Amino acid sequence: MIIFGERINGMYTDIGDALRAKDPKPLQYWATKQEEGGAHYLDLNSGPAIPKEERAAAYEWMVNVVQEVSELPLVLDSTNYDAIEAGLKLCKRPAIINSVDAEPDKMERVFTMAMQHNAGVVGLCMNKKGIPLDHDLRVAFAMEIVATADGFGLPMEDLYLDPLILPVNVAQEHALQVLETLRLVKTLSNPAPRTVIGLTNVSQKSPANITSLLNRTFLAMAVSAGLDAAIMNANDEDLVDVAATTEILLNNKIYADSYLKVFRSR
Amino acid sequence: MSVTLVKERYSSKVGEVVLGATPEQGGTRTSTVTVGGDSALPYLHFEGQMPNRPVIAMEVTDVVPTWNELITKQIGDVINNPAAWAKKCVDEFGADLIYLKFDGADPDGENRSPEDCARIVKEVLAAVGVPLIVEGCDDSEKNNDVMTAIAEAAAGENLLIGIAEQDNYKSIAAAAMVHKHTLIARSPLDINICKQLNILINEMGLPLNKIIIDPTVAGLGFGIEYVYSIMERARLGALANDKMLSMPIICTVGYEANRCKEAYASAEEFPGWGDLQDRSVLWEAVTASGVLQVGASILVMRNPTAVSLVQKHIADLMNK
Repeated sequence: MIIFGERINGMYTDIGDALRAKDPKPLQYWATKQEEGGAHYLDLNSGPAIPKEERAAAYEWMVNVVQEVSELPLVLDSTNYDAIEAGLKLCKRPAIINSVDAEPDKMERVFTMAMQHNAGVVGLCMNKKGIPLDHDLRVAFAMEIVATADGFGLPMEDLYLDPLILPVNVAQEHALQVLETLRLVKTLSNPAPRTVIGLTNVSQKSPANITSLLNRTFLAMAVSAGLDAAIMNANDEDLVDVAATTEILLNNKIYADSYLKVFRSR
Repeated sequence: MSVTLVKERYSSKVGEVVLGATPEQGGTRTSTVTVGGDSALPYLHFEGQMPNRPVIAMEVTDVVPTWNELITKQIGDVINNPAAWAKKCVDEFGADLIYLKFDGADPDGENRSPEDCARIVKEVLAAVGVPLIVEGCDDSEKNNDVMTAIAEAAAGENLLIGIAEQDNYKSIAAAAMVHKHTLIARSPLDINICKQLNILINEMGLPLNKIIIDPTVAGLGFGIEYVYSIMERARLGALANDKMLSMPIICTVGYEANRCKEAYASAEEFPGWGDLQDRSVLWEAVTASGVLQVGASILVMRNPTAVSLVQKHIADLMNK
């Protein structure tokens, strides 16, 4: 189970303020804290805090300040590919581009960039018309992304397909479709592509006392359907414990009494 | 039609461990031994590297052992003198390391003192230039005293010392850490305890490249297939980046093989089993070959004729 720490995102007030003020401390604080929590990758997302024309410079700055304190590889999260490309050039370890959908022109740009920089790619199971409800359509988009990635020579272990989970309080019917998509995506190629979800989405805007429970429960269900990675709260201890335990129960890692601690050691 | 070999790709490899220390490294050995480093399943040279060949450590005991005459006769008079015995193993039998076992320290036996054990270690160190593996007796309390004294007396030599077990690892792990030795972590044919023990020892501060796994083995015919499956799981774990199972493995082949009746019962007693001389050698050599196939890095052996056979076998296996 691969954890992408979600916390360095301009949507959070402290990170948004830090991005505007060019104050590295909050980013570095969360980089270290998420690594301690159990993150394998750090997702970097400027969000709307930075005007479009300044985004490339902002991603360069984010990559640099985070790499000053953490050895973890990075996930560059933006719809602005110029910004991602600027950041990719500075990454010390192979990064992941987050994300591209099944639109041909975007895939062309992203996969070219990925091959140039030895980066992975998150592929969203949607197109410009939006997120389909039905799993068949999601899988069709996944197939287009798999075929394109393969055409560019991207190894399937570097492709992360995201079936797109929506908040359960407004779009309850999606969770089941996401699980079915995860199962089917794993049959698209051999070796199979990897899978990822933006886990926290499932509990978006639900009351605080149940968000962690929703995240934990859906994570366990999704992993057993074929989920490899999650963009998630790496500092929710109970949630990270679930991630560690799924590896044991699926017989992916050998059990030892201290497996929870081992999962967090880097 | 051409056939393309399907090759496995692994994300990690077995850790490398160095045994012994030269004068520049704080010891007195004329050479060191490096084990591990494999990046594929054993001897699949087309899939990965096996930078270090498996090595053979020959058994020497502080008291005259009650072994089969077929073995003791080959050792000869030096069997009364651990230092001379060790030297013969290196000079005549080509041992890569010496495995010195203090059966005489057992309180139920000669009850040799920790200081006396340390003196014998110094004598053996003076007699040979190869690295030493040192184990105490089977009484865990006495073993802690013996191994602490030995670790201190041979500080800096980077001995491979044992045994650390789940119920008794702290004292010997501390001794290894303080006096710069490497440690044998033994689990009772249990992959989960094997991993847990490595975690516990590592938590005390001993680095992972100072630990060797002893999974406990069995002689041919007495559960070696179970040993095989445990070692295979550990190896696959190591190759899949499970750091807590990535240490090289030591197998006490001589001890286990020679406990089997087939290795010592006479042909008069069991006419169908054939000549004892060949059978005894083969029982140990085939046990060794079995564990080599699943990734043993250090073989602890007893019968010099079996050692000679296995040396040739290792050379064949390493020949790409």
